[in-house]
Amino acid sequence: MALLTCRDLSLGYDGHVVVGGLNFEVNAGDYLCVVGENGSGKSTLMKTLLGLLSPLSGEILTGDGLKRNEIGYLPQQTEVQKDFPASVWEIVLSGCGNRMGLRPFYGKDEKKRALENAERMGITPYLKRCYRELSGGQQQRVLLARALCATTKMLLLDEPVAGLDPVVTAEMYDLIEELNKKDGITVMMISHDISAAVRYADHILHVADHVFFGTTDEYLGNDISSGFLKKGGDEQ
Amino acid sequence: MNEIIDKLTTYLQFDFVRYALIVGVLVALCSSLLGVTLVLKRFSFIGDGLSHVAFGAMAIAAVLRLTNDMPLVLILTTLCAILLLRKGQNAKIKGDAAIAMISVGALAVGYLLMNIFSKSSNVSGDVCTTLFGSMSILTLTKSEVWLSIVLSAAVLIVFILFYNKIFSVTFDENFSTATGMKTGLYNLLIAVVIAVIIVLAMNLVGSLLISALVVFPALSAMRVFRSFRSVTICSAVFSVTCAFLGILIAIVAGTPVGSTIVATDIVGFGSFTLIGFVTKGKRV
Ligand SMILES: Nc1ncnc2c1ncn2[C@@H]1O[C@H](COP(=O)(O)OP(=O)(O)O)[C@@H](O)[C@H]1O
Ligand SMILES: [Mg+2]
Repeated sequence: MALLTCRDLSLGYDGHVVVGGLNFEVNAGDYLCVVGENGSGKSTLMKTLLGLLSPLSGEILTGDGLKRNEIGYLPQQTEVQKDFPASVWEIVLSGCGNRMGLRPFYGKDEKKRALENAERMGITPYLKRCYRELSGGQQQRVLLARALCATTKMLLLDEPVAGLDPVVTAEMYDLIEELNKKDGITVMMISHDISAAVRYADHILHVADHVFFGTTDEYLGNDISSGFLKKGGDEQ
Repeated sequence: MNEIIDKLTTYLQFDFVRYALIVGVLVALCSSLLGVTLVLKRFSFIGDGLSHVAFGAMAIAAVLRLTNDMPLVLILTTLCAILLLRKGQNAKIKGDAAIAMISVGALAVGYLLMNIFSKSSNVSGDVCTTLFGSMSILTLTKSEVWLSIVLSAAVLIVFILFYNKIFSVTFDENFSTATGMKTGLYNLLIAVVIAVIIVLAMNLVGSLLISALVVFPALSAMRVFRSFRSVTICSAVFSVTCAFLGILIAIVAGTPVGSTIVATDIVGFGSFTLIGFVTKGKRV
């Protein structure tokens, strides 16, 4: 059984369909990239998978022992976070929230876990620093460390490199690849950067009127990719 | 200077002055705690809106000739708080507009009710008292003081127990929901706590000035401190200090208690802005 299976899924807001006919599955260890034009419904898909929105029709199944609250999530940043007074440590630790239940305070286990993930992301030097004073790339690492505190199995990343400069973008992609290849974490990533998508991912989901789902090789041999690839997918 | 100290020592021997200080400090402490959350969730004015609701509820209680208006005011305010904070994806009216609507509506209806049904000869005096706080903080009975102590203790305990959850919900509600936290429940909790604080604070500063108690400490602390914990602790200390000084000044100078406290808050905010400006770039 796949980690995540979507059958005839259609999504949208207030009964208004944004995309329909989504059929795909994500197996343990996959690296899936979700591509598509702006406003095609990629973020909506991710929010639905996370249970923030309910699907209009169709079903989402999880398998392989994955629970719905064991998915780590790196959101597109919101305005509220930008002026939030929070230290890096407080944010990373908050990723352990899903294992707390009704316990009010973080224990030794959570602190150890948070510290390990901070080390993994190389952010230990700024644990005491204020989140909003970090650079964009450092901020993304903090949020990634938080997501890793919430999961050991699957990460959903919504445009993790948006607004980062090329060097930091490359570092971020390497970091994500390492999580996928070395630690065996299943990755599902939304990206505008189609060239990176075909380079790193082993599966592609193209969200459009005609949804494509398949391996990267199949995608490159397919009509739907050629038009999109030519544009470079750089229509931010 | 000695004169002032003499005056204070004399005053402090009176029960009503001690009661006012106790209640004032407790209310200030409670209202500062959720300040950061409200400011950052763009709900700075929710305190304001809810206090108008509380004003309307008080008017209703007066019309019904209830001797103890606290329960009714508390229930109505809580209901409105829940209504306002329940910002679903499908909310038809946006947060700010909803708050404006409810608050102005409650204000108008409350004033109307007071005018139509009041037997008092001094309606505008009553209204002014409810809006700007009165000397009623100086006429508290022992049982009112105890009620304030119990409610404040409850707010404090809830805040400490749910501190980490409140942080998560405020910082990133989507992430919290996605990782299985019951964010709806915690939002509800926040709403109820806010309502309790508002009703508590009505006596101290009156309904028009409550948001000052919520907003100033948080904004001041955010000028200087950089982590959620330090900002929270600093707001609490800031708020308690200002309320304490404000009440003392009001008693000595004979000024209205509520506005004196808020004036003290403004001075504090100014100093913190200055400190933040000076230390900018130097902190770690
Ligand atoms: N909260 C919302 N309510 C109603 N419609 C929305 C909402 N958020 C996004 N949409 C609409 O859904 C469509 C898909 O948006 P989104 O999933 O964010 O696209 P993207 O693929 O760029 O991430 C867009 O047309 C957008 O206007
Ligand atoms: Mg998007």
